[in-house]
Amino acid sequence: MSTSTNKGIRFWGIIALFLTSVFLSACGGSDGDAGSLTVYSGRSETLVGPLIDRFKEDTGIDVSVKYAGTPQLAATLLEEGDNTSADVFFAQDPGGLGAVAGMLSPLEEDVLTKVPQWAVSSDGVWVGVSGRARTVVYNTDTLAPDDLPDDLEGFTDPKWKGRLGWAPTNASFQTMVTAMRSIWGDQRTVQWLENIQANDPKVYPKNTPIISAAASGEIDVGLVNHYYLHRFLAEQGDSFSARNYHPPAGGPGAIVMVSGVGILEESNNKDNAQQFIDYLLSDISQKYFVEETYEYPLASGIPVAEGVSPLSEINNPDLSSSALSDLEGTQALLREAGIIP
Amino acid sequence: MSIGEVAAARLRSLSGGRGTPPAIIWVPALFVGAVLLLPLIYLVVRTFDAGGDIWDLLFRQRIGTILLRTILLVVTVTGASILLAVPIAWLTTRTDLPLRRVWVVLSALPLVIPSYVAGFIVIAALGPRGMLQQTLDGPFGVDRLPDIHGFVGALLTLTFLSFPYVVLTVRAALLRIDPALEESSRILGRGNWTTFFSVTLPMLRPGIAAGGLLVALYTLSDFGAVSLLRYETFTWAIFIQYESALDRTLGAGMSLSLVILALAIVGLELFSRGRARYYSSTTSISRPPSTIRLGRWKCPALAFCAIVVAMSLVAPMSVLVYWVVRGISAGEPFNLVWTAVGNSVYVAALAATAAVIAALPVAALSVRYPGVFSGFLERLSYIGFALPGIAIALSLVFFGARYAPPLYQTTGLLLLAYVVLYLSPALGAVRTSLLQISPRIEEAARGLGNSPLRAFSSVTLPVARPGLMAGWALVFLLVMKELPATLILSPIGFNTLATSIWSNASEAFFARAALPALLLIAASAVPLAFLMLRERR
Repeated sequence: MSTSTNKGIRFWGIIALFLTSVFLSACGGSDGDAGSLTVYSGRSETLVGPLIDRFKEDTGIDVSVKYAGTPQLAATLLEEGDNTSADVFFAQDPGGLGAVAGMLSPLEEDVLTKVPQWAVSSDGVWVGVSGRARTVVYNTDTLAPDDLPDDLEGFTDPKWKGRLGWAPTNASFQTMVTAMRSIWGDQRTVQWLENIQANDPKVYPKNTPIISAAASGEIDVGLVNHYYLHRFLAEQGDSFSARNYHPPAGGPGAIVMVSGVGILEESNNKDNAQQFIDYLLSDISQKYFVEETYEYPLASGIPVAEGVSPLSEINNPDLSSSALSDLEGTQALLREAGIIP
Repeated sequence: MSIGEVAAARLRSLSGGRGTPPAIIWVPALFVGAVLLLPLIYLVVRTFDAGGDIWDLLFRQRIGTILLRTILLVVTVTGASILLAVPIAWLTTRTDLPLRRVWVVLSALPLVIPSYVAGFIVIAALGPRGMLQQTLDGPFGVDRLPDIHGFVGALLTLTFLSFPYVVLTVRAALLRIDPALEESSRILGRGNWTTFFSVTLPMLRPGIAAGGLLVALYTLSDFGAVSLLRYETFTWAIFIQYESALDRTLGAGMSLSLVILALAIVGLELFSRGRARYYSSTTSISRPPSTIRLGRWKCPALAFCAIVVAMSLVAPMSVLVYWVVRGISAGEPFNLVWTAVGNSVYVAALAATAAVIAALPVAALSVRYPGVFSGFLERLSYIGFALPGIAIALSLVFFGARYAPPLYQTTGLLLLAYVVLYLSPALGAVRTSLLQISPRIEEAARGLGNSPLRAFSSVTLPVARPGLMAGWALVFLLVMKELPATLILSPIGFNTLATSIWSNASEAFFARAALPALLLIAASAVPLAFLMLRERR
């Protein structure tokens, strides 16, 4: 009897201990002093963590960052509404910023003019901080750049049957289709999508598996963003058998998209948020994006990283952000074509 | 009449008139039920504040096709998992198989491999031009393997990830079965095989059903593996809706449809439980079952366990080690993330304890006072497990940010999310073990003048211990790898191993993702091994 009583005591002891630790953890951490900033970052900690640490050191501002996917954070912000604790939303793509545009406050003119016109939102609530180009990744064992078509239209040729990979559920891909609709019109876009579908493209969930597949020869070409390749090259060396190809005729296959940042209307730390954005557009950060994430600098004349094609060699159609904003229309179109669920 | 008495009377009428559950059971159970309802309320709110065109989007042929594909995958993964798991559970509890406890720990560990990591590994290893093909290319000139993407790849990956659910629940059941029944069967002249099929297996039905249900619901809710292996399921479609960020209504509507599918699966499990009685008249916890000598079957049995462990654990870990080594030789920077290890173990242990505590009143209600209310609670708990983590997370953002700002973005709310997500694995294990305890024992304790609470904690709880521990271990492993809710709900700046794996893998830093993945497996193995080694034999 006494051992079972001990067990009973132990059980309730565990419960008490548990409740205490939950209580303690719920009470911890509250600093509301002037020098703080809360960032929701849709860009991963691996990529931007070191840069944010440097900002903390340089300014003394106590930055807390919530890292998650851009769409998840956008959905979170929309659910939080006015109760959000975020001061800044740092998003991977314009789509995420566009989804919460109604919650962002207008930025000052001198911030917006630091970058090219096409890299800011048309209503002035977010600004692009780095550029990422759409590109074609190809297997270097089976193909040379000369074998590749001048623009995306070329991939509708039956000779590409079963050889192309794409990621139609990916935000960047959908932005490219939005660009396509702006440049080509809906009818030609649908025609292109149908022709590619007829060529049995391999469907991937996102960019990175496409690049792996192109390098292993599982596919010969894939539609991706430019910078992932450079991470594979850094990890696996130059023998990695895939490279980027920028269609020389330009068009939707050569657009440059941005990752961007905006300030929440409800923020109580707008000055610090402003400092953060200035910092992201400063030479230090722009250089960081070039060297660490292989992206394009938007705010200064820093040369791109080794191996990355400079913007001047890409035939970017320079679409304004409003031309890329109708993501909803693009999704309806892709759904109708049976490409996304 | 006080409010409590009214509520008790109401509960009595709902619980089929088998007496009134004491307040210590129904009050916490009611609270757990209220928490479990939150995601459903949220989904209904989000679905119905949309216009009418959501119904056109929901009832499309494409959705029907996806539904059928989902059912096919759920059925096959569940069947394959049971076939792998029951032999392992039986061999490690009833026979003289060498290194029994080692096999138990090793066969439970695949559970901690996040499914998006498993997806990457399967493609890298078994893809048309993957590592296996590279190995076969030289000696055999194999130019290209059949494509692993699609149904076969998804079946393989999810089976090897989720068969441990069945191992754990069936083992817990085996440890609680009164060995006298099996011994009587043998004394009456039946062989080991016949005894297994005619006595042991029928007794294991609740354990198999509980584990199978978890496998089925896990398969239903998985996104990582199916998206990478390109097999379109319902949850895949839901995530795609949330990925687009603009439209949370279609995601919510599809999640509600998923709830209906999950309820159908749960209904099947309840049906398979039947009305049988699974406890024996005595409690013989201190008497170990007699050990069956494997004899000439020892080698095949060992080979079976070894093959399963090699495929589900050794192979994926080798790929991870290979990535780390390749990264180191390419000069990749590694920052060891010890705070992430600490955070992961800390929240997983707290969440596992919370889930078991929350499961106790619900299980007690369902076993001792079965009725409308207990059935409702049980079904609710499975909904949390079947729904995509993102839907649960957003529902708690909705309620937390709006109505409980002090709790929002604290460990407290994160734990609440884990309990909603993983109450059912805990409940399954706790329930199975309570089922095997005769109510007479508790009644005897109460007859000797103990209060219900005291009878419960001094008699029932010690007997139910293997089940509680199995439940705790399951939830611990699940929380260790949980990603969507952790990302969205954790306190700002809170890193876990799962989030650092994700952060690196999503940016194609495989080497840097592989290291926390290995740490995740190692950190999960320690408490698991501790639990298993302390287990009474």
